[in-house]
Amino acid sequence: MATETQGGGFLANLGKIYAIYTGGFLGFVILLGILEQVGVPERTIGFMFVGLTLVVYAGIGILSRTMQVSEYYVAGRSVPAFYNGMATAADWMSGASFLAMAGSLYLLGYDGLAFVLGWTGGYVLVAVLVAPYLRKFGAYTVPDFLAARFGGNLARFLGIVVLLAASFTYVVAQIRGTGLIAERFLGIPYDYGVFVGLFGILLCSMLGGMRAVTWTQVAQYIVLIIAYLIPVVIMSYKVTGIPIPQLMYGEALQQITELEQTKEALAGAKAHVTPYTSYDPLNYFALILCLMIGTASLPHVLMRYFTTPSVRAARKSVGWSLLFIFILYFTAPAYAAFAKLEIYQNVIGKGLEDLPAWIYVWGGNAKVHICGVAAISLDAIKDACSQAGTEIVRFQDFKIAKDVVVVATPEIAGLPFVITGLVGAGGLAAAMSTADGLLLAMANALSHDIYYRMIDRHAPTSRRLIVARVILFGIAIAGAFTATFAPPDILKLVAWAFSLAAAGNFPALVLGIWWKRCNTQGAVAGMIAGFGATLFYLIWTAAAPLGFGNELWFGVRNISAGLFGIPIGFIVMIVVSKMTPEPSAELQAMVDEVRTPKGGVVQHSGEGATA
Amino acid sequence: MASSDNGGYWERTKGLMYICMVVWFFFSFVIHFFVHALNSITILGFPLGFWMASQGALIAFVILIFWFAAKQDQIDRECGVAEE
Repeated sequence: MATETQGGGFLANLGKIYAIYTGGFLGFVILLGILEQVGVPERTIGFMFVGLTLVVYAGIGILSRTMQVSEYYVAGRSVPAFYNGMATAADWMSGASFLAMAGSLYLLGYDGLAFVLGWTGGYVLVAVLVAPYLRKFGAYTVPDFLAARFGGNLARFLGIVVLLAASFTYVVAQIRGTGLIAERFLGIPYDYGVFVGLFGILLCSMLGGMRAVTWTQVAQYIVLIIAYLIPVVIMSYKVTGIPIPQLMYGEALQQITELEQTKEALAGAKAHVTPYTSYDPLNYFALILCLMIGTASLPHVLMRYFTTPSVRAARKSVGWSLLFIFILYFTAPAYAAFAKLEIYQNVIGKGLEDLPAWIYVWGGNAKVHICGVAAISLDAIKDACSQAGTEIVRFQDFKIAKDVVVVATPEIAGLPFVITGLVGAGGLAAAMSTADGLLLAMANALSHDIYYRMIDRHAPTSRRLIVARVILFGIAIAGAFTATFAPPDILKLVAWAFSLAAAGNFPALVLGIWWKRCNTQGAVAGMIAGFGATLFYLIWTAAAPLGFGNELWFGVRNISAGLFGIPIGFIVMIVVSKMTPEPSAELQAMVDEVRTPKGGVVQHSGEGATA
Repeated sequence: MASSDNGGYWERTKGLMYICMVVWFFFSFVIHFFVHALNSITILGFPLGFWMASQGALIAFVILIFWFAAKQDQIDRECGVAEE
């Protein structure tokens, strides 16, 4: 069995194994670079990149297969803080973070930093308020904790509703991301690409559950961070002479500001460093708050901290997670700045004959539009621009899709295709690792909470593990079908996940740990009210066909619906708890135990008595 | 099992939690209220207000979590509730 062959030796040699892996990956990149120079076609290079990384992830997944329940659900609680940090970073950073974050910053300037702040600061809440206590409790899933703390299956069921609401559209977006990457880099039609990505995702997660997902996510983090850093480091070197983009894009910012003030063709461009050109201050700060609290409430993130060997390691692991996430998020604004500088210098204000070649590479994919048409060829844009009455590209004539900024950077910097292939492999790693985490969170809630806890409490281990895998497979297929056949509007729902998770889970988790007096009635009422209010606002204000398109309240944008739902959840939870009897002495003693690091997991000793 | 006191463990833990929440709130919101004023200062080409939102606050968050983990660990040990 894999359990014996992999056990202690693997954990004791993690550093060596992943160092060899990283070195091997870099060697592979260099090898492909050489192959490209000797004339191997681009498509073959793309195939080898995506193919080999997929094989490695699947191989890790197969090696980590397990038939033990605790290995399947929480990786045997043996993942060191440092590696769990890497796995969490990969779990957290989606295909969109990797491909589209820099593009959002390009388009929004300062206001886009609300995403950078929101998706990092939430980890302070995770570390201080939630994760160590959930680890001490020893649950397999977040709903499992809610059920034990709030005495019963109603709280568990609400936890599952929140979890599915926050995770399903999110996973659809990731599966879609893998399909798009397969389409672009392998030339496989999107509909088949989705299932290629899906196959990889399933191989990583199905046989080994959390254990397999953990060790693939570590491998995926290494690929995605190398892929993210290399193009922009080279870009920084080319533009400023120093290969530290995070330090050097200050120069680019200065030049951008200067161009914005002096270049005539840039009339109408928003000032990149000036705040509140896209959002008003209320929406800027509301977005930060909702993303942060959402981060601290998303089950697929919280469950990663169930896998550490101790409460102490769980706390430290949050620090490592944020450090590894920080490396990508503080680089994204550098991508945005260098791309903007290139475009403002070499595209805007230029005659149509003088445009750089990369415009047409991405224009062919309809990702760059000039004068209202996709920049397929010089003739195409000449026609359109003469109708628009311009000889040069003005600011308003140029449109670039936000998911191209990162992918196009290698071409902008004049790098060989192998670097573009590397970025593709990175994007694939980011999308797959997040999909793995989300799928596992959903499947575990259904198999552990619904099947084992609510339907058959005496199910033998082997049957529980089979059920878990069947459900995982089912959700994955449902996600892939949605990604293939559902209208693209469904992707807009991803933005809802944070507010829904924040309003549904956060008050119950925080008060459940920090306020003993919080009781079942309060928690159930608060979860329903907070989640319900958020969902109502989302549907009430979203544009058709997702909602009714009614007027916003106080101008708060749809994406920040949690601004209403979170306080409502807290207030209802507190008021109803106060109006009803306090929790039993046993439950209060359990809260004391959850708060005290010493003494092993709580759930273990209370198994059976807690639900 | 855990007694209700444990050498003031929970009081000290709560104190640390409040400190962390104040620092978190400062770097998540308060500092960015002053973005216009900060942007008039430029370091290495970065307007300071922009830098705070793109790097400064993030660095503060990372340091805060590691500091919190060390501090909470110290409280655990001093109150005798640390894991073995």
